[in-house]
Amino acid sequence: MKQTNVIKAEGLTKMFGDFTAVNAITFEVKKGEIFGFLGANGAGKTTAMKMLIGILTPTSGDAQVAGFDVYTNHDNIKKNIGYMSQKFALYDDLTVKENITFFGGIYGLTREQIKEKRCQLVEELGLKDVVNELVSSLPLGWKQKLAFSVALLHEPKIIFLDEPTGGVDPITRRQFWEMIYKTAHNGTTVFVTTHYMDEAEYCDRVSIMVDGKIEALDSPKKLKEHFNAASMNDVFLKLARG
Amino acid sequence: MSITLKHISKSYGNLKAVDDISFDVKEGELFGLIGPDGAGKTTIFRILTTLLIPDIGEAVVANYDIVNDYKDIRNHVGYMPGRFSLYQDLTVEENLEFFATIFGTTVEENYELIKDIYIQIEPFKKRRAGKLSGGMKQKLALSCALIHKPKVLFLDEPTTGVDPVSRKEFWEMLKRLQQKGITILVSTPYMDEAALCDRIALIQDGKILEVDTPEKIIQHFPKKIYDVNADKMYELILYLKEYKHNHSVYPFGEFVHYTDKRDNFNPTELVQFLENKGLKNITIQPTETTIEDTFMELAR
Repeated sequence: MKQTNVIKAEGLTKMFGDFTAVNAITFEVKKGEIFGFLGANGAGKTTAMKMLIGILTPTSGDAQVAGFDVYTNHDNIKKNIGYMSQKFALYDDLTVKENITFFGGIYGLTREQIKEKRCQLVEELGLKDVVNELVSSLPLGWKQKLAFSVALLHEPKIIFLDEPTGGVDPITRRQFWEMIYKTAHNGTTVFVTTHYMDEAEYCDRVSIMVDGKIEALDSPKKLKEHFNAASMNDVFLKLARG
Repeated sequence: MSITLKHISKSYGNLKAVDDISFDVKEGELFGLIGPDGAGKTTIFRILTTLLIPDIGEAVVANYDIVNDYKDIRNHVGYMPGRFSLYQDLTVEENLEFFATIFGTTVEENYELIKDIYIQIEPFKKRRAGKLSGGMKQKLALSCALIHKPKVLFLDEPTTGVDPVSRKEFWEMLKRLQQKGITILVSTPYMDEAALCDRIALIQDGKILEVDTPEKIIQHFPKKIYDVNADKMYELILYLKEYKHNHSVYPFGEFVHYTDKRDNFNPTELVQFLENKGLKNITIQPTETTIEDTFMELAR
């Protein structure tokens, strides 16, 4: 089977006045791949991701996401991607059930589909006893797993994760990565933005942005070999310090 | 002892944020509180800096009791809370002067102590704190916490959300401060920073899992850990969990960390088992224990 690209960016650029936030980045992400998008604070990660998810128009260059053009077809991009960030993902003052229903509705699922998804999700995550509890009362780890599942309700082709596991306890973190592996195994592409270098170690391939440009792109293993580094953290330090 | 906690507990409503915690920090020690969000780290800091009174227990900081001598403690400790405590609309130098003044000192008097750190942000001294980058804010906040020459320095997650370059620089600064005789209690959710401390307390759900040097904590790990890899990560995890002799299976970057229940574990058998499941390119190699492995074993 020919491997298809679900994200394709070529010379993608964004300028704010004289400042080039994203400087002609070119890369491809395959179907079912776990792709890490790394960079220091201010390197341009967030700007690049905003262009890919269709909420910021590029200054120049091209990009297709889930088969749709970022200039002309951003509405279709939004329907075909999921997004989860650590800062905002669920409504704290809605219950577990209400959150699922709300997001299912937003993504255009029917009542039956929502019900079916909800039962499946509650069962899988073991949330039966808390389905009518406010999300604010759940432990952080549960919230995160729920947020991830909610972002997958509409079976998107790509899910964007923004620093998904920062601050979570190590065991919950592993459970979360197992969910990510499962999602990728089922054919959904996982795009992880992070500056936690240990999250990078889990990805199939990672790109590292420095000052708006992609300075390195390969599997963590090959990057470590190339930079003669013991960890992705060391790779990052070598790249950032020249 | 520079800091002593005896059976400290603190609840918020039904939530036990800190549950019967005791430990000591020696004078001049760099001591780390290592644990995830919600472990109780910030509550401990707030108790030790006299901002919160514990429900039960006693604590002493720099020979002062946290309840009876709270005013003395405030004069002798520096505290850098998790969220930056700077005045966003004051400039770099105004922030520093403000903190010096409220502690009844001057920037000149203790400049020697902060010189190494402050010199890096001095070119921006006319800039408002709100306009600084994360790494620069962190350096300014540290300078402000040090300007009254405290005996004990409390740093609550100083490196959270900071990129690896700034993190590394920050730890180098802490090592230099320690050499000047300041006792440092620092918290972090990053397990890899534990190795940089003299001693650490691993903490989760308000309880201490273990207190010791990072080396000893690693030595206490009861099992031999193996790095396992194969062509398909998701299936590999499933099959390892299915393998009846497994003691623990945790994804760990590009590998899975595996421990076996048996003392006479033979990797060849496991390779055979995985091959029969249809996996390819299987590798199993002994690997070094990390603080994170130990944390997970203790938290099980």
